Order: sequence, then C-alpha cells, then structure tokens
Amino acid sequence: MRKSNDFSGKIRKIIIEQCKRANVGHIGSALSIADLVGVLYDSILKMPADDHNRRDRFILSKGHAALAVYAALFLKKMISLEQLNGYCADGSLLGVHPEHFLKGVDFSSGSLGQGLSFGAGAALAARMQKSARRVFVLVSDGECNEGALWEAVMFSAHHKLANLTAIIDCNGQQAFGYTKDVLSLDPLAQRWRAFGWDVHEIDGNDPKAIKDTFEALDFSSGSPHAIIARTVFGKGVSYMQSQIKWHYWPMSDAEYQQALSEIKDNE
Amino acid sequence: MRKVFVKTLLELAQKDERIMLLTGDLGFTVLEPFRDAFPKRFFNCGVAEQNMAGIATGLAEAGFIPFFYSIVTFAVLRPYEFIRNGAILHQLPVRIVGVGGGFEYGSAGITHYGLEDIAVMRAQPGITVIAPADSAQARSAILESWNLPGPVYYRLSKDDRTVVSGLNGEFALGRAQVVRKGKDVAIISLGGISAEAAAAAEKLLPLGIDVSLVVIASVHPAPREDLARIISGHSLVFTVEEHYINGGIGSLAAEVIAENGLSARLVRLGVKQGYNGVSGSQGYMKKINGLSAEAICRAIQKSCRDDTPKVKLSRKAV
Repeated sequence: MRKSNDFSGKIRKIIIEQCKRANVGHIGSALSIADLVGVLYDSILKMPADDHNRRDRFILSKGHAALAVYAALFLKKMISLEQLNGYCADGSLLGVHPEHFLKGVDFSSGSLGQGLSFGAGAALAARMQKSARRVFVLVSDGECNEGALWEAVMFSAHHKLANLTAIIDCNGQQAFGYTKDVLSLDPLAQRWRAFGWDVHEIDGNDPKAIKDTFEALDFSSGSPHAIIARTVFGKGVSYMQSQIKWHYWPMSDAEYQQALSEIKDNE
Repeated sequence: MRKVFVKTLLELAQKDERIMLLTGDLGFTVLEPFRDAFPKRFFNCGVAEQNMAGIATGLAEAGFIPFFYSIVTFAVLRPYEFIRNGAILHQLPVRIVGVGGGFEYGSAGITHYGLEDIAVMRAQPGITVIAPADSAQARSAILESWNLPGPVYYRLSKDDRTVVSGLNGEFALGRAQVVRKGKDVAIISLGGISAEAAAAAEKLLPLGIDVSLVVIASVHPAPREDLARIISGHSLVFTVEEHYINGGIGSLAAEVIAENGLSARLVRLGVKQGYNGVSGSQGYMKKINGLSAEAICRAIQKSCRDDTPKVKLSRKAV
C-alpha cells in the first residue's frame, strides 16, 4: 500500500479519533478524500485568511465528508482544537456537513449536486473581477447521479472556466451500494471529456500524483479541469475498505483501536 | 411589470456595476435592452434553472448582485432547493425574478402556472418576497429592495398596462397599502389580482356593500401590524389571490386573526381545485376559479347574505 504523506496521515488520524469520540459514521467517505484534501490544503490552495478577493475557493460538494476538511482546517490553524473537539456535539458549528458560518468554509453543502453550480458562479465571478483566484470543487462519484451537476458541467465548459477544477472522488461506492450497481457512471472520464472538460485520471490516494496534476493545470485559459481521482473508500483502514456499511457505521472500541494502529503504521 | 423591471434594472445597472442579469432562456423581446447595454453582465444560462440559481449564489458570494429571470414556476419551484441552500442559507443578495404568477400563462396550462410560489417562498425565513400589484408599484418595490443584503423574490406580471387606482405606486417593506376605505367588508388582495379586487369593490358599492381594499405586495416581511389593524375594523374579511388557497395571503390573514385574537370571519378566495386539463385565457381561468371581479362580487354578496354571524352593513344591500 502506498503511504500517505504526513499531512494526509494526520487528517486520517483526526477522522478516526473524532468519529469515535462523536460516535458517528461517514468514516469511509472522509478517509477516501484524505489525500485529496491533504494535498489541496497543504500545497495547492492559496488561502490568505482575510483576503476575500485573492483567496482560492474550495467547495466540498460531498458535504458528508466534512470531517476531512475540519481536520485540514485544524492542521492549518484555521480552527481551534476546542472547535474540532466539538465535532457533532450539541451547539457546534462543526456538524456532519460543513456550514459557511464556520470560518474557513465558503459554501455550505450537504445536498449533493449543488456545489459545482456554486463553484461555477464563483469561478465566473473571479474572471469578471479579473482575479487570479481559483475554485476547486470536490464532488463524489455517486453525486454524479444528480442531473443538476451536469447543468453546471455544461455551463462551465461553455464559458471556458479554466479557473474551475472539479475533483471527482471515485471511490466506487454510494450510500446503498456500489456505483456500478446503482447507476452506472462509466465511462466517467469520457463523459466529462465529451462535455468539454480537460480531464485527468489519477490515483486519488497518491499525494505525489495529486500534487503533480494540480501543479500542471493551466488555470488561465482553456477548459475547466476535471480530476477523476480513483480512490479507495475507507482508505487506510483495512476492514473499512470498499465496504458499503462504513458509509454510515460508527466504530466499536476494538475497531477503533485497530483503525488507529493501521493508520499509525502507514504514517 | 416586465418592461418596468428591465427599465429600472438598466438604470440601476448604469450606476452599480455589481448588478447582473441571468436568464433561463426566457425573456425574448423583454430582456434585450439589458443584454445590449451590458453584454458582459448578461448570461443566458440555458434551460437549466437549478444551475442558474447556483451560479447566482457563487456570483453573489463574490460581491455581485445577480438577478435571475424565468417564469414563476421555473424560477421558484424547479430550483427551490438551490435557492434554499444557496441564496437563503448564505444570506446572499440574489434576486429571483418570476414572471407570470397565477394563471397569466393561460392556455399554456398548469406547467406554466404559478400557484404555490408565495406559499413556498414565504415559508423560508430570510428571503424578502414581493408581489407588486401594478407597474408603478413594481418600480417602487424594486427601487426599495434591490440593494438589500439578503435574497429577494419578485413575483412580476407580464401585464404592463393595468393600474390599480389609489395605489399611486406606493410600496414599503412590511407594510400593506390601503387603497380604499369602506365601512362594511375588507378585501385583502395579493399583488397582480388587486385590479380585479378593485373592480369588485366598485361593483359592490352601488349594491350596498362598502369595501375596504388592502393590497399586499410586501408578502415577506409580512404587514402583520397593518393587517391586524385593518382586520380588527371589520367583521368580515376576504382574501383574494391568484394562488392556491393554502399557504398564501389567505393563510397569512388567518395567522394574523388567530395570533391577535381577532373576531373577524375570514373568507379565502383563491384556487381551490386541482387541475383537470382544461385551460384558457387568464381571464377565463380566473373566472372558472372564482377570481374574476364578477365572481369576487358574487362571493362577497353571498357571504354577506348567507353566512353567520351576519355582517352588519352600513346600509341595506341591494
């Protein structure tokens, strides 16, 4: 198994710890994007905290994996440990899905299929304002079931929003089954390409491949970019990997200990 | 109101470069003046209203004031969840412009009617809902609300000619406009159908029924205090709306009566039946749904005559 880099490894550890503390699920979905979110926050996103005009926008359209983003925000010192430890607690701004009321989150999400439209609007705005800021939207493969997503795909290609990047977390699973069994998306890369996007297919759990791909994109002109990121659902915890039940399931004490030790081994 | 909308928007856009206009491929022969004056701030988003609402959200987050335009049902119902999770949740200055409330698209049939937009929009905290009664009021309403920090929904009519006498273009957020004071019953009407309600009031006077007419254009914030004051002055109150009977201003009036412990009886005139496939002109549809001036007249006469407790009329009804 390819090892996570340090930042993504820390994200995974936080995911496991917080899910256990809060006794909640969505663990597998968060683990599958840990490397994508890790590279984005550690190496790609330009986020001077208060510069609204220059700051890149990141939208987690698959909002149910928000814990991965909270972990990144914590590691980047944008939220405190106290806030992080409030994940899913009463009165917390850190719910299962991200809310823009939390500093560091630009757009709330949770209803699948909406984030890419918000992102396309944000990218159009940046272009109109002649700002170099970029927009990254992380969607899930199951989310591509949503028809409205393809409206945004068409709009973005038509207007050549090169400052927009969609990252499709292709872990092959959705809430109630494998994507190939629920509503087949194949051939996904060809579909995005046919809609006029600049498509790159990569190993979405390989930090180096992710970083190299982002760094090679031309955000100034041409088509919007789609990163088809092939990921493993539950990546890093052997008993969760590619198992449907870990979309929702919380961990027992024994499962928690095993998960922690496996993630530690891979740091 | 469509023409006055575009004219007013053009004037505002000349002064404020944040204003943009998006359309879901509608507005042919209406929106061209804006498109031609500001081609870089005009986007035809195609027949994709959900995405249009999302695009508007992204634009507004960056500081723009996007107006997005379609027929009422396509502007509100199709992208409703995008509006809820986008402009409303984020409290962004997105402007939703729905044209053709009620039966205005007549023979186009139910898919083009706007009969529940007010109900679903006023259910949401954090959005201003405006339904002007005529063009002059539409202009005042746009001028008062275009720069609000949160989202606004405008329910506009295609009709550019109708004038509600006594309204004089008045509009204020959270207020109702009393365009006629009568001693007997009160009619509270929603936006575009106010002209029918006014005609009904005219017809009723010689028949011995003196009507107060109140126009609601500021649906949300609702003119609750104005309504409570007006309703408490009458024992019989009618609401008139080109909208389904539940959830619109009839429901609003019922809330005001109940919450203030008022004793007036309320008769809600609106669309009560589901669609049976029969369509026709707007006038025809209003007529068969009891919303023409004549039908409103008859309903009021009947209530005054038959319902209990009896209304004490200021003079004998004919």
